[in-house]
Formats: sequence, structure tokens, C-alpha cells
Amino acid sequence: MRVVADRDTCEGLGMCEAMSELFEVGDDGYVVVHDEQPPESARADVRAAVDACPVLALRLEG
Amino acid sequence: MRAGGRLVVIGAGLAGLRAVETARREGHTGELVLLGAEERAPYDRPPLSKAALAPGAAEPVPFRTAEELRDDLGVDLRLGVEATGLDTAAREVLVRDERLAYDALVVASGARPRPVPGDHLRGVTHLRTADDAAVVRRALDAGARTVVVGAGFIGSEVASAARARGLEVTVVEAADVPLQRSLGPEVGRLVTRLHRDAGVDLRLGSGVAGLTEVAGHVRGLTLEDGTHLAADLVVLGVGVAPATGWLEGSGVDLHLLDRGVVCDDTLATSAPGVWAAGDVAHAPHPLVGGDLLRVEHWTSAAEQGAAAARHALDPASAEPLAPVPYVWSDLFGHRLQVVGTSVADGVVVLDADDGGVSGTAALWHRGEQVVGALVVDRPRVVMKLRRRIADAGSFDEALHAARELLGRAGT
Repeated sequence: MRVVADRDTCEGLGMCEAMSELFEVGDDGYVVVHDEQPPESARADVRAAVDACPVLALRLEG
Repeated sequence: MRAGGRLVVIGAGLAGLRAVETARREGHTGELVLLGAEERAPYDRPPLSKAALAPGAAEPVPFRTAEELRDDLGVDLRLGVEATGLDTAAREVLVRDERLAYDALVVASGARPRPVPGDHLRGVTHLRTADDAAVVRRALDAGARTVVVGAGFIGSEVASAARARGLEVTVVEAADVPLQRSLGPEVGRLVTRLHRDAGVDLRLGSGVAGLTEVAGHVRGLTLEDGTHLAADLVVLGVGVAPATGWLEGSGVDLHLLDRGVVCDDTLATSAPGVWAAGDVAHAPHPLVGGDLLRVEHWTSAAEQGAAAARHALDPASAEPLAPVPYVWSDLFGHRLQVVGTSVADGVVVLDADDGGVSGTAALWHRGEQVVGALVVDRPRVVMKLRRRIADAGSFDEALHAARELLGRAGT
């Protein structure tokens, strides 16, 4: 499982951070993905974060 | 719902889209019908009052095209079609003369702009749909003298778009400050500064007496104090009402005041097999002491749409849902982010060190509990406050944390 954040699309709205501690909005207003290859146990939270992004900047691969 | 049954979703906005996506993801193999009043496949609305008003903005791209919904998700998609009634005893949605049977139903019919006398005139528009946004954008392209009625989020964003183009714009607001209903007077005063610093002619405490027209085209409007404002474009941002006319008399309980659909905390309505989500739905929320709350924000529509579908398919698994409301707005080069509720006992505003609007925050409390927060131009801060709100955290601790996050420790 791999999480990809598109910084060109990200607006730093932060819904991903609300869904999973894997994500955090940085000082520059863009998402930071703390672990781009999270353990399988994080799948549900990552899925929720991807779905919650209002600008569709996150992608879950694998 | 029985396996292989038919799930019908009324409304092809974000909540309806999330409902059909979730139904398939949860393994629903039966029929899946999605009705949408507009001719377009589901698209994103927040940009309509933001990026879609900029010069050269493109038509909105749908979340999924009609072909993708049909081919990839097996959705029986019916666009340009409105439900006209509901027979809860027979479990049938009425679509004019047709009866559409359902095993489970998700009501996501959304909200419509409240009608205003004169809103049929050319040059006058609400801003709810992609077509509305195109009307506003073309008028701004032509350099329209613009008057916005209502200084809520939508009206304020339209004013921002006009000023970004260097156009003069007047905003007429009945309340004493912008965004009073959403954010209260203290924060509203901040938004007043944003408007005035940006050069908006903001007329507060002003009611509209009527519109003036020539040959069906708006020429301006008259305020209650007799002032006349010339206008080529009048944008109405006076709020929306739930689109539930088709549910009157159906047995689905509607709210006494705004006719929204009354749900329990799992989004179940008073009718068996009928669930609701998004702008249309009132659900009890712990942040307001368990009172009913109807939220018109993107994130609530997304979360409720998904949950309503899950619960409709498997009612035994239904769990209470209480997403913390979250809305953002881009105004005059500033980003406002609001989480939780401003329906509260009180608010503390944390002014920015330099006295400007950027870096300002506000926190709302009910008793000792933090229930809401606003931050301006500090995107790193907002979700950390949201977590405290979701956890029913202490107001004093949230204030302390906010000061630290904003770099104002010791104040």
C-alpha cells in the first residue's frame, strides 16, 4: 500500500489529518505524509482520508 | 436490506455520489438507482463561488462522468429527473407518473436557494449550480457593476472574486456584520474588516426593498432606506432551504421550521428503510447538546452520504454519526477555516500580534467544553483544534493549545 499526495492539487484543507495521524498540514499549508508506505493496519484510516479530501489530492495505490 | 435488493438514491450531489460509491464498495450487488435534478453528473460545488468565478475558468469536471457511474459502478443514473413524491407504505418514489420501487432509500435531495422577488430577471442569479456560476463569471468578464445581496459565505466569496478582478462591488447585508448567522457578531466584525480593506462597498443593516428592471433585465436595486444602487449583475446569497417538497405528507418527518428531514443519530428517518444525508438532513449532534443540527458543508455531505448508504444496506450495523462540522472560505486573499459550531455560550477571539486579520483565531465554548474554532491563514492549526472539539476537550486547554500553536505562548 502506498499513499501519494499531489502537492499541486493540495490546498491544505486538512481533512486527511482529521481522519488519520499519518497526515499533517505543515507550516507551508501543504500536507505532509509521515509514512508513504503505511502498514496494512492503517488501510481503513487511509481510505477514509483519501475519501475525505475535498480537492481529491490523495491517492491510495496497492 | 435484503441481498440483491434495490437501493434508490435521490439527489446527485456529493452526498448522493458518496452513497452510490459506498454501496458498491460495501458489496451491494443489487440495483442502484441515482436520480439527479440537474443534467450534469455529480460535480464539486465549493469552487463555484471561488475558482469558477475567475477569468477563463473552465466548466466543472464531474467527480465521475455519467459513463463511469454507469459502467464502473453499475449505477442506473437518471439525470434531469426530480422525485415528485414518496409512498412510504408501498416503498415507491414517485417521479411524475412513474413509480420507482425501492428496498432502501437515501434522501440526498439537497437544498435550493430561497426564492427572492425578482430573481427571474436577467442579470439576477442565485449561486448554487454550475450554470449559475457561469452566469456570474460571464457578467464579471463583461465588467458588470455588481451588487451582492447577503454577506454569508457565498456572497462574501462573490465579492472577493469581483475585487480580485478589480471590479467595484457592493454587498448589501441585513445583519450588522457579515456571516453573523454562521459565526456570530465578534467574528463577523473581523469579516467586516476583510471586506472594507479589500475595497468592498459594504452596506450593513440594509434591507432590499426591490429590484428595478427594464425589459426583463435588472437595472439595479432599491434599499429600504431609499438608496438606489445601479447594477448589471445582482447575485443573491440569501441562503438555501431543504429541497423536500416531494416529501410533504409522505410520513417522513420534516423539521417544523425549514422542512429539512429529521433523522436520528444514525441518519434514519421516521419512515422504515428511508435514510437521509447532506444539506437536507437534520441530525442530533453532541456539540449542540444533542439538538438537531443541519449542516450545509462539503465534509458533512461526504461523510453522511457514505454512512447513510452503509446503514441503508445493513441497518443492524448502523452506528451514531457526529462528524465535526468543517467549512473553509477564501476571502480577499485570506483563508478562513471553521470547525465545530458557533452556537455556543461564548467566544474568545485571539487577535493577531500585528493587529491584522491574518493569524487571528477564535474559540467557542459551551460551559467548560470547547465546541468551535476559527483560524485565519493558519492551516496547520485548525485540525489540531478540531481534534480537541471532537474529543469534547476542555476550553481552557484548547485556548492554551491555540496560543501555543499560533506562537503566542505567554499571552
